[in-house]
Amino acid sequence: MTAETTSTRLPANGVPKLARGVRLRHDEARGQWVLLAPERVLQPDPVAVEILKRVDGERTIEAIIDDLILAFSVERGRVAADVDAFLAGLAEKGMVEVSS
Amino acid sequence: MNERVNVASHAAPAPLRAPLPIPYGMLAELTHRCPLMCPYCSNPVELDRRNAELDTATWLRVFEEAAKLGVLQVHLSGGEPTARRDLEEMIRHCVKVGLYTNLITAGVGVTPERLQAISDAGIDHVQLSFQGATPEVTDHVSNFKGAHERKLAVAREVRRLGLPLTINSVVHRANIHQIPDFLELALSLGARRIEIAHAQYYGWALRNRGALMPTREQVFKALDVVEEARVRLKGVLTIDAVVPDYYAKYPKACMNGWGRQSLNVTPSGKVLPCHAAEMIPSLDFWNVREHSLAEIWQASPAFNAFRGTDWMPDLCRSCERKEIDWGGCRCQAMAIAGDAAATDPACHKSPLHAHLLALAEADAAADVAEYDYRRFSTPDRAQ
Repeated sequence: MTAETTSTRLPANGVPKLARGVRLRHDEARGQWVLLAPERVLQPDPVAVEILKRVDGERTIEAIIDDLILAFSVERGRVAADVDAFLAGLAEKGMVEVSS
Repeated sequence: MNERVNVASHAAPAPLRAPLPIPYGMLAELTHRCPLMCPYCSNPVELDRRNAELDTATWLRVFEEAAKLGVLQVHLSGGEPTARRDLEEMIRHCVKVGLYTNLITAGVGVTPERLQAISDAGIDHVQLSFQGATPEVTDHVSNFKGAHERKLAVAREVRRLGLPLTINSVVHRANIHQIPDFLELALSLGARRIEIAHAQYYGWALRNRGALMPTREQVFKALDVVEEARVRLKGVLTIDAVVPDYYAKYPKACMNGWGRQSLNVTPSGKVLPCHAAEMIPSLDFWNVREHSLAEIWQASPAFNAFRGTDWMPDLCRSCERKEIDWGGCRCQAMAIAGDAAATDPACHKSPLHAHLLALAEADAAADVAEYDYRRFSTPDRAQ
């Protein structure tokens, strides 16, 4: 553990991807985005959708954060905390895998 | 004439009907053929034969119509769905039209090559049944020697392919004591989810109730075991349970409401609001051979028979839980009250509630040893 100022749970250079059996898609019939998993249909909020759209198995967490800052001109600390908390939560449920 | 029009236009608007719900899930029973003979099978007592099954092209159309209707997840089931040689083609098509695909298999007679092909076709999730947590129980309940070992091999192969795995276990008198072992089995196989479903007494299970019904003590102990495990295994293993309603106070919210979230297509193309609905003789089921799925969902008499709350008897309609349990289960009302529109006898408010409990206790005490195993009716009687 290094003495960083923020206590993130996932490494910034880690590459997240949706686990096999988890899919993000737009649901035309209901006009919303859905995250599909075994016997589950989750309705991510707008912030979560923007994060999930960038989880492509290629971008690092840092790159996802950079991209969100550019797209929405929001403050880095806040975005980083949101992305980390959200992806760490999904990783805990086995829905996202993070490789470094 | 004008005056009448004016009167109408100034009148208070008629109360809007609730918008028709959009289904999330579709259970596709691809075939009733199955190597196992479980005495609580959810298929109807009169099974569809192979020559009555829908052909590939019809199934592909049904999947496409389901996706357009708003269905997000399709459950490829049976019988044993791998008995259909066109399963991979169906999976590929489902993936193409955006459906999340879930395979529900008994895992007997499924080779590693077949699983590889199913994985390559794009299956999202595999649910594998275990009739017991040990070979003796699995083989006895399914009436298939060596079934348990074959299932273990399939489970390992599913995980080797990197597919998410759910273990499905139906519990009843012969295996209710094995719930801790089922949980251990799921963990040891790398499953992230397990279904612990208490047998539901319709069709085959109703016929075998005397051999399946656990005692009240067994049921309540089982509920405690599951609750404890839910806490202990949080984040490791998701436990979804189907409750035992004969000993319950409130009925289950069957299907989360009739014609509300899901539909079921039988091997011969009938579309049902739930897999047991054929036991209600008054219902008129439409078939995908004659109608589109959207027409059936919206307009078929069977779907509209018990949709919403208007059909309910006063006892249900005046209840504060009417949109929690949606009147419970119509098939249970049919089986016990002889009236599909009656209050579910599992509800403590039903005049038949005490009768239902007495049936359960009598069956549990009777301790029938022999199963009437699931099978096709004799060939000379069928067709």
